Amino acid sequence: MDNKLISSVSPHFTSRRTTQNIMLDVIIALMPAAVASVVIFGLRSLLVICVCVATCMVSEFLFEKLCKRENTVMDLSSIVTGLLLAFNLPVSIPVWQAVFGSMVAIIVVKQLFGGIGQNFANPAITARIIMMTAFSGTMTNWVFPGTAKMTDAVSSATPLVAAAKGTTSMIPSYLDLLLGKHAGCLGETCAAAIILGGIYLLVRGVISWHTPVAFIATVALMSLICGKDALYQVLSGGLLLGAVFMATDYATTPPTKWGKVIFGIGCGLITILIRFWGNLPEGVSFSILLMNILTPYISKLTQNKPLVGEAKV
Amino acid sequence: MKLHGVHVPHMKNTADCEGVKMTAPAVVTIPMAMHIGKPAKVIVKKGDTVKAGQLIGEADGFVSSNIHSSVSGTVQKVDEMVSSMGAKVPCVVIASDGKQELYEGIKAPDPADFESFIAAVKLSGVVGLGGAGFPSFVKLSVKDLSKIQHVVVNAAECEPYITSDTRTMMDKGEYVFKGIEIIKKYLLAKHFVIGIENNKKDAINKMKSLAEKTEGVEVHVLPAMYPQGGEKVLVYNTVKKVIPKGGLPLDVGVIVINVTTLAFIGEYFEKGIPLIEKCVTVDGSAVKEPKNIIAPIGTSIKDLVEAAGGLKSEPAKVLYGGPMMGIAVPSMDEPVLKNTNAVIIMDKKEAEQNKTTPCISCGACLNHCPFKLNPRDIARAYKLGDGEALKKLCVDLCMECGCCSFICPAKRPLVQTNKLAKIKLREYLAEQKAMKEKEGK
Repeated sequence: MDNKLISSVSPHFTSRRTTQNIMLDVIIALMPAAVASVVIFGLRSLLVICVCVATCMVSEFLFEKLCKRENTVMDLSSIVTGLLLAFNLPVSIPVWQAVFGSMVAIIVVKQLFGGIGQNFANPAITARIIMMTAFSGTMTNWVFPGTAKMTDAVSSATPLVAAAKGTTSMIPSYLDLLLGKHAGCLGETCAAAIILGGIYLLVRGVISWHTPVAFIATVALMSLICGKDALYQVLSGGLLLGAVFMATDYATTPPTKWGKVIFGIGCGLITILIRFWGNLPEGVSFSILLMNILTPYISKLTQNKPLVGEAKV
Repeated sequence: MKLHGVHVPHMKNTADCEGVKMTAPAVVTIPMAMHIGKPAKVIVKKGDTVKAGQLIGEADGFVSSNIHSSVSGTVQKVDEMVSSMGAKVPCVVIASDGKQELYEGIKAPDPADFESFIAAVKLSGVVGLGGAGFPSFVKLSVKDLSKIQHVVVNAAECEPYITSDTRTMMDKGEYVFKGIEIIKKYLLAKHFVIGIENNKKDAINKMKSLAEKTEGVEVHVLPAMYPQGGEKVLVYNTVKKVIPKGGLPLDVGVIVINVTTLAFIGEYFEKGIPLIEKCVTVDGSAVKEPKNIIAPIGTSIKDLVEAAGGLKSEPAKVLYGGPMMGIAVPSMDEPVLKNTNAVIIMDKKEAEQNKTTPCISCGACLNHCPFKLNPRDIARAYKLGDGEALKKLCVDLCMECGCCSFICPAKRPLVQTNKLAKIKLREYLAEQKAMKEKEGK
């Protein structure tokens, strides 16, 4: 008997989908927004992105080395976290603060809870919230696009701040919102780029439509009910970025389609509550984080029922 | 409600290759267990002269099957071998004389009633040829015939590569319908549904044209989605009935029969030749020319591949059946069995498996399970040894189709863990029962 044959339990082949190529798809989907941010805010935005991505990768590598865990840098998930965090920062953010935020995202929010797939909260969002609390000044130092040189940067209000304060002269047009010609975080201003990325992810089957549609529809509907401009609310702030890229994170959101719908509606409601009645002008980050915390319960509530059947003739 | 599944590559390279009858090999090794149930009792001894179709193993016990010589020649030895399922079984090794003379006692059966019909099916040695190998006469021994509402003919053939059922429909379509007439006559069944995946256009057309001439036969074209040919999946998708957990199709008034099994029954009632040969798809990345070969049962894989034109590269993994649920055999000396519908020979590259990485909680496994199980939670419960959780998660419902492992981007061994978890659950339930009995005393 020749023993050269491999013996293993079925199945004997698997789909081509791997964690790595899912993450690669997400990175590709984030590219339009990255390019848009450089076009809108200038080269410094590239610097912020590179700093965040590099710090995330290095933190992951070193922390796993330190804990003698298997190295997971090659699954590319830390790059996604880095990109998303950078997209949630203003272009004028000091480099050391971006480094700090990236380390928080990877080490505190992701690795301390067990690494990829084990974290209960979205690393980029949680890190952003921590940075907003720690560096409230620099984190809200919005720069109007076109004033590329940071030395003479002109502080500006984001569309949501403008709307909240009622300074109508600062409110950009729909076209400006779509193209991203307004103040805001790096990756969130250009709605068109994010929508493009979202369509790519849907086509590639990386995300399902349930969460983004439920999230955005809830915000739009509630805006209409509250007598606000629905389209304006949808296109401004971090809503699209959050709905497409952050509320669809696998580990921190429910896996079933009804779970995703509930998650999206919950995010939408909290966003509206904060935007219209809270002290903060923007609520997407908090809404996703709060719904992340509810995820285990939503998952349990909406889990699939095994097809047990009953005898009947 | 739609049952989930996965889109596997079809790779039906041999769909147009009519089965080629191979010349009998010099030696055949016929195991006495090619079916679910008790191994057959050997009734020949070393030195006996046998003819093709002569009984060499007698069904032993209620769930067992007759076994016949597939060649004419001399019994070289009566031995013991390790079957592909890991059990030691007796086997008969026969040296062929190359003449393939048929046994004189062969004659077409003409049963007068239900009992003699079952006896004839038992005599033929036929078992479920779709892969399970359950003795057909046991399945057809329905106590209350009025319970049968539908007979579902399984012609889905959802596994990649395999085309032997397709060839049955193309080459032996008339026998399929002869089989239907026989089942109609003796089991008093009225409604037949032939379930075929939509990637077999020619077979669908052939079945449809034949169905027009027969009353009560419907050809149900199904989407090509694995595991369409799983018994419960097929019954749900054709007659919209859910077979209960731990139950049989008959519990919902259905009998499921594989199309090749049915064609065999049709042919047997015309010719009387028992199950001694099988159409086998020989394919895989290491095979030079993929083909369908009609081989005597007991032919070694080595001889089978030789007859198909040989290999083009070193074999790394050899399977009985398709890549989704097939069994990897330890050597090329293993024989073709009654329920072997394909032999897939993979080269090193195809056999290579991706490295397992951490679960990313994407939910693909639970969103693709046909029975809506949760392989991720099952794996967790199994790791913790939590029998109660496994019971709640209904792991015993798992049919081991492998959709979860196929779709998992982290390449985690999910269905493999399910199989272990099923054993764990059985142990746990037995423990519980024992404890309850103790308390009762």
